[in-house]
Amino acid sequence: MSPVNDVTAPAESLYAKRKSVFPKQVDGPFRRFKWLVMAVTLTIYWATPWIRWDRGPHAPNQAVLVDLANRRFFMFGIEIWPHEFYYVAGLLIMAGVGLFLVTSAVGRAWCGYACPQTVWTDLFQHVERFLDGDRNAQIRLEKAPWTPMKVWKRLRKWAVWLVISFLTGGAWIFYFADAPTLQHQFWTGQAPFVAYGTTFVLTMTTFIFGGFMREQVCIYMCPWPRIQTAMTDEKSLIVTYKHWRGEPRTKGLKKAQDEGLPTGDCIDCLQCVQVCPTGIDIREGPQIGCITCALCVDACDKVMAQIGRPRGLIDYATEIDCEAEMKGEAPAPVRKRLFRPRTIAYFAIWASIGLAMLFALGVRSRIDIAANAERNPVYVRLSDGSIRNSYLIKVRNMQSRARPMAIGLDGLDGALMWREGQTRDQASRTLQIDVPPDQVLKERVHVVAPAQGIARQDFAFTLRTLDEQKEAAQDDESFVRPEVGQ
Amino acid sequence: MAEKKRIDAPTGTQTVGHEWDGIEELDTPMPRWWVWTFYATIVFAIGYVVVYPAIPFAHEASKGLFGWSSRGQLQQVMDAETARRTPILSAIAATPIEKLVAQPKLMEAAMQGGAAAFKVHCVQCHGSGAAGAKGYPNLVDDDWLWGGDLQSIEYTITHGVRNPDEAKTRISLMPAFGKDGILTGTQVQDVVSHVRVISGQEKASASSRRGDVLFQQNCAVCHGPAGKGLREFGAPNLTDPIWLYGGDRETLTQTVTNSRRGVMPAWGHALDKATIRMLAVYVHGLGGGEATPVAAQIAAQAAGAPEAQANAATP
Repeated sequence: MSPVNDVTAPAESLYAKRKSVFPKQVDGPFRRFKWLVMAVTLTIYWATPWIRWDRGPHAPNQAVLVDLANRRFFMFGIEIWPHEFYYVAGLLIMAGVGLFLVTSAVGRAWCGYACPQTVWTDLFQHVERFLDGDRNAQIRLEKAPWTPMKVWKRLRKWAVWLVISFLTGGAWIFYFADAPTLQHQFWTGQAPFVAYGTTFVLTMTTFIFGGFMREQVCIYMCPWPRIQTAMTDEKSLIVTYKHWRGEPRTKGLKKAQDEGLPTGDCIDCLQCVQVCPTGIDIREGPQIGCITCALCVDACDKVMAQIGRPRGLIDYATEIDCEAEMKGEAPAPVRKRLFRPRTIAYFAIWASIGLAMLFALGVRSRIDIAANAERNPVYVRLSDGSIRNSYLIKVRNMQSRARPMAIGLDGLDGALMWREGQTRDQASRTLQIDVPPDQVLKERVHVVAPAQGIARQDFAFTLRTLDEQKEAAQDDESFVRPEVGQ
Repeated sequence: MAEKKRIDAPTGTQTVGHEWDGIEELDTPMPRWWVWTFYATIVFAIGYVVVYPAIPFAHEASKGLFGWSSRGQLQQVMDAETARRTPILSAIAATPIEKLVAQPKLMEAAMQGGAAAFKVHCVQCHGSGAAGAKGYPNLVDDDWLWGGDLQSIEYTITHGVRNPDEAKTRISLMPAFGKDGILTGTQVQDVVSHVRVISGQEKASASSRRGDVLFQQNCAVCHGPAGKGLREFGAPNLTDPIWLYGGDRETLTQTVTNSRRGVMPAWGHALDKATIRMLAVYVHGLGGGEATPVAAQIAAQAAGAPEAQANAATP
């Protein structure tokens, strides 16, 4: 007989349903700081593509622009070409090391304040509170049956979220094209499909991540909590519950005191849990769900003031400070926790990458020459016995104006060259070319040299500008002759 | 194996009636959305067959509702491309080749068009790099039998060399000195010795001195008394290191004995004017192109060397 029949109890579900979080409104220094960071980051994000920057007639007038079509990256006075992508790589490394630096100094400040997921979630929660009321009203509404009123409230909330998602998430496309033009094209239906597609995808991800997934992104999707945990040590700032001060938790403080029972400062009011945007209980100790936004600190300090106890039962403090406080000692000064080998090392790496990039930017050449020898045929014997090689030369002018330049030969005595379409009687040791602004000019040149000489002779194509800047560049090449006896 | 179908208690679903090692298969119904998607694909397929050519008949497929075909679509793309190219090509065809050089845009198009046409029509003999092969001239070097300026190259491509179907073809017929009995075997060897001396491949000898006399009598008419060649007759320069068939003794003996009469097609019959012009520009740009037209060269030669002119005048 089949054992299927023997199974009587339904199998335990492998999936736990998400518990909705309804964070309560709170006020305090950390909350106000969070407002400030939100305002600054969103303003920078939204306004940057609209800053104009005059680069003349040959380049776009947008201060920050990733020009994928022409493969250029503009950032105020800096223009990056594809072969200079190491600047972008350098910026990314700096961002990474910078994150390490901040994390080792002040803990997961990125998570708590500056992370886009945090900023948009916070924004959406404010919308929720503004429309549906604070925590208790939201819980009531959640449990309520689907009356027309609830449907209306839900649709209203989602609509506002969608509008915010569209305005903020969709703004991303302005970094990749001239913002005013693209905006006009967007509304008149003339924008490229990729603009609409990107807007749709980013609107929907903002809507879903900020509106519905929230802390699940931090806890289950994001790799940073795992990595940042490794970045912090006992001298990093974290949000801590001072259990030696708070325990035992006492609900009826007055009554307990009257009865002479032992009491801690924690009155188990659960304010810290109710205001937490990721829905954790900080009194259970440091945990991965804690993004150290410190809103629980604001909430707890308020309660401590009400019951006449000193602030800081839940505090933004280092582990070392906490231990000192537990023993009744004075906490170490702030500079001691900021300047320690780990932070100094991170800062040194971060700063040296930055300085190296600044230096490279300062001395980088805005011209470039690259020569490629033709291989079909490798060399040609001419009727006077001399040998000719041909090269494809690419000359890059990275400035937004046409520049006169001269290509010359360095080495290869007795050699002359002429460009494709010319003839040998026009040959010389230098060629003059006008390279159009922001362009790579290709020239095929023929170089003739005496047959006497080694089979593979090194020389260089030199490039110098004939304007007042007198920039120079060169590319090493080889001249190939037939082996002796051929 | 197959047992009675029955309802599975925990899930409430009917089993398919099979059991292997106590494992039974549930006959879970398809989700409704799946079924509807399946029906939708059937409807789509019917629509597709009606709209597009789909049903194969003996000689062709059904036409489809709007007459679409992949061949027709290709034709549209080709027509559009032809329309795009027509003004450029007609401009190239209308501009004399020596004036083309002054027009960068036309030149760029001509260079690219020439490179493409070369790959289709010329690489079979002249090689993909235009470096030629034995008997097929190297177009990259600066040795030209009929002139290496733009007009001469254009003329050669249009009318070919020794082309029997073309009245204005390039023609030069070297006698088969050995085969026709003009020179004896020893005399041929003497002439070969002389040619190898003037091309710097051998030291002078008794044989070469006898050959010199024979050369002046038989060969200087076309190749010039010094053996420098004459383009008017397409006669190669015998003193330079470039040989169409080879400069070794064996090859030269064969050449003098039997003559060489390579043939190049007259592309004027097969290609339009613009394509030939683009080919000429491309070949000229390969590095061996010359500036002065062949006529001017001959005039200069005639002014500087009267005996050459005398030789040229004598058939």
